[in-house]
Amino acid sequence: MRVTMIVNGVEVAREIEGRLLLVHFLRDTLGLTGTHWGCDTSNCGTCVVWLDGEPVKSCTVLAAMAGGHEVRTVEDLANGAELDPVQEGFRQCHGLQCGFCTPGMLMTCRALLDRNPDPSEEEIREAISGQICRCTGYSTIVRSVKWAAANS
Amino acid sequence: MTTTNDQKPIGYGRMLRKEDPRFLRGRGRYTDDVQLPGMLHLAILRSPFAHARIVSVDTSAAEALPGVKAVVTGAKLAELGLAWMPTLSNDVQAVLATDKVRFQGQEVAFVVAEDRYQARDALELIDVEYDVLDPVIDVRKALAPDAPLIRDDLQGKTNNHVFDWETGDADETERVFASADVVVQQDIVYPRVHPAPMETCGAVADFDPVEGRLKLWSTTQAPHAHRTLYAIVAGLPEHKIQVISPDLGGGFGNKVPIYPGYVCAIVGSIVTGKPVKWMEDRSENLVSTGFARDYIMRGEIAATRDGRILAIRTNVLADHGAFNGTAAPVKYPAGFFGVFTGSYDLQAAYCKMTAVYTNKAPGGVAYACSFRITEAVYLVERIVDCLADELGMDPAELRLKNFIRPEQFPYTTKTGWVYDSGDYEPTMRLAMDLAGYGELRREQAEKRARGELMGIGIAFFTEAVGAGPRKDMDILGLGMADGCELRVHPTGKAVVRLSVQTQGQGHETTFAQIVAEELGIPPDDIDVLHGDTDNTPFGLGTYGSRSTPVSGAAAALVARKVRDKAQLIASAMLEVTVADLEWIKGSFQVKGDPGRAVTIQEIAMRAHGAGDLPDGLEGALEAQICYNPSNLTYPHGAYICVVDIDPGTAEVKVRRFIAVDDCGTRINPMIIEGQVHGGLTDGVGMALMEMIAFDEDGNCLGASLMDYLIPTALEVPDWETGFTVTPSPHHPIGAKGVGESATVGSPPAIVNAVMDALKPYGVRHADMPLTPSRVWEAMRGRSTPPI
Repeated sequence: MRVTMIVNGVEVAREIEGRLLLVHFLRDTLGLTGTHWGCDTSNCGTCVVWLDGEPVKSCTVLAAMAGGHEVRTVEDLANGAELDPVQEGFRQCHGLQCGFCTPGMLMTCRALLDRNPDPSEEEIREAISGQICRCTGYSTIVRSVKWAAANS
Repeated sequence: MTTTNDQKPIGYGRMLRKEDPRFLRGRGRYTDDVQLPGMLHLAILRSPFAHARIVSVDTSAAEALPGVKAVVTGAKLAELGLAWMPTLSNDVQAVLATDKVRFQGQEVAFVVAEDRYQARDALELIDVEYDVLDPVIDVRKALAPDAPLIRDDLQGKTNNHVFDWETGDADETERVFASADVVVQQDIVYPRVHPAPMETCGAVADFDPVEGRLKLWSTTQAPHAHRTLYAIVAGLPEHKIQVISPDLGGGFGNKVPIYPGYVCAIVGSIVTGKPVKWMEDRSENLVSTGFARDYIMRGEIAATRDGRILAIRTNVLADHGAFNGTAAPVKYPAGFFGVFTGSYDLQAAYCKMTAVYTNKAPGGVAYACSFRITEAVYLVERIVDCLADELGMDPAELRLKNFIRPEQFPYTTKTGWVYDSGDYEPTMRLAMDLAGYGELRREQAEKRARGELMGIGIAFFTEAVGAGPRKDMDILGLGMADGCELRVHPTGKAVVRLSVQTQGQGHETTFAQIVAEELGIPPDDIDVLHGDTDNTPFGLGTYGSRSTPVSGAAAALVARKVRDKAQLIASAMLEVTVADLEWIKGSFQVKGDPGRAVTIQEIAMRAHGAGDLPDGLEGALEAQICYNPSNLTYPHGAYICVVDIDPGTAEVKVRRFIAVDDCGTRINPMIIEGQVHGGLTDGVGMALMEMIAFDEDGNCLGASLMDYLIPTALEVPDWETGFTVTPSPHHPIGAKGVGESATVGSPPAIVNAVMDALKPYGVRHADMPLTPSRVWEAMRGRSTPPI
């Protein structure tokens, strides 16, 4: 089947199988490998992207379902050479180590700040609770989001 | 000629990571990001049974599926001589099962197809007929006379015994126990868990039949050791194998062994003549790759009535799964479990261990265990708490009373380990101060009076990291040394090449800092390369927190070697003798004449430039080294955990966690803090949530993230950390390893806290994971150990 969608502001159209997951469409078909795939039960959230502005786990969305919609991935977060404040916050506060969960975390945290520019620690932890990080122990991710909130 | 020496330090200190810009933009390069022209995809068929004979395998329907390029069975691999491979413990492991399957999830056949969906479709069409056998699941029954024989592939093998091992002095320990006032005995299980890195294991194999060259991108923590093992396994010449370990999405010990999938990918590429990618999914990772722990321990501690610890004795039953794939130095089949004597000055110690085969996946050493030190520290820190309970002593006071004292270092333990340095009491006091220990105990007393359950748990650990001296530490004959190569370019920028392999620990940043500190070149001007065996020096990789102790030492020493050469060149440039020069970070200056100096950048240009160099000196400014450590490093730490338990639901909440670590000289405090946070989270996972369990048929009950529970941001507190600094005397920069300390030290602190909270219920011990149901059972006097 043919699917057309806007990915990071650009219209893309591809011939795909109906069963193709959005995460594989982004990674394998479009080469947007910032979005990762870390589990097979939709628990880990390394695949989080935006679908019409909502963070979704792209391993749990068929590429076909994204047809006619807008997808935004981590590759679109920075404005050229300038990092988004959330990205800068993760760097300043050491909110990442291996970097594997980072793209998904960034997309969720950006969405959180868009809705709630000054979240509490509890709200940040709740927001990222659908995502697993094995390296950081989360404290520095919380600090990163607070840094971004304070520096936006 | 100028000097700029007011930036102090140029090297050590908080520095933002060089790795971050690419990861933050989604421009990291992980194995599954590799795309090659014509690349095919591989998927593995796995056994649904724990123990079964393979009667027949019919691949015809799979082969007929459009897009399928190859279907390979164990029988086909046997024809190539590749059905079995050596493990890191000198055992063998089936690449694909030929005779029978020995654990659920074992590799039986693989398919190579045009895309990953087709490959998985084809798996469904492979028809395997199994003759199901009784499995060995309960490790306590593995050596029973009527236990089914798992390893009938081994000549003359008649039981499920792997090895016996002992350390310490049995007779002396018995003598001390016999005369002690107090003896406490406790059975303690460290259950099977899994490191579960967010990125699973995978590989892209690209075999070029014309050149006879294999290029293998793979998720490996030890690329050079893997290259050598592939040369041995596959019979390929080692100089024609290039292993590339790109960015790794975490390792945690999971990516040390060679897994059948890697070998399958290589075979797949050879068979099809195309690049082949294998990426396992999460369930495959959990069910078949290296597990951690699984030690069944009986701990005994002997002491005087007033709390002087005299001796510790333990008997361990180790579950190694179906193949002994433990990643440990050859002479250390139980890893470094011998450090179970902990941080205490004992009169005697003894351990006897038996390891057995069961119908489970291989592994054992993984998940930041530092070669079984997680188990050792858990044993000693639990049993010391049991003793405190028996004596009615405060667990902090009991520890303080028995610490090895600073003047006793280097301290030889009763099991023969030589601790390099330590000053334990200040570390403990700092943790108690940060926690407000006295106030916490008062709060606890008030809450207890009200029927609320609050617990305070302490763990004080001594780690042993940095394997290791090559005289007695090797992995399959490869000495545990690490290489380092440093080149300074003509313009004064530098490249340092490592044999170790970061998986997120920040080596690209911290190794630049080490070289910067030694050579005075700004860290931003130093690129750190790793993971490509064609372009980095040989060494054994990153695990056991060995990067800083071994490779970090190599980086400092190679920089000093370059600096020595730079000094010779500087003496010629300044027309003075070498003895007339002093090193002021970043430049050589004529003693007493600050106006006459040359910077390292100017020296680099001269080293590559025109004009004569001093006699006997070659051009360029570079050096290499292979560092053989004289001993391990022994970092230590004091951890205090505060938990609240809901008496109505038995749910444990970690309210506070205070971690004070001492890893000697601190290269980058920001990175150390992050390492500690991650390890503490591992501790919460292991203590309260994680377990790879099996039912009696051998079905793995923790084979997905639906059941294998890993802490999210909601299950962990905001971590509180502190530090003391006791340098390693034998390390070139006084630095000790630290990456695994928190994973080692935190589980006993959490379990001790839970047991402390449950004191009103008379519970002395319950086994991890302390899930609500298990705590609930323990509160009712029913603490059943897990399997």
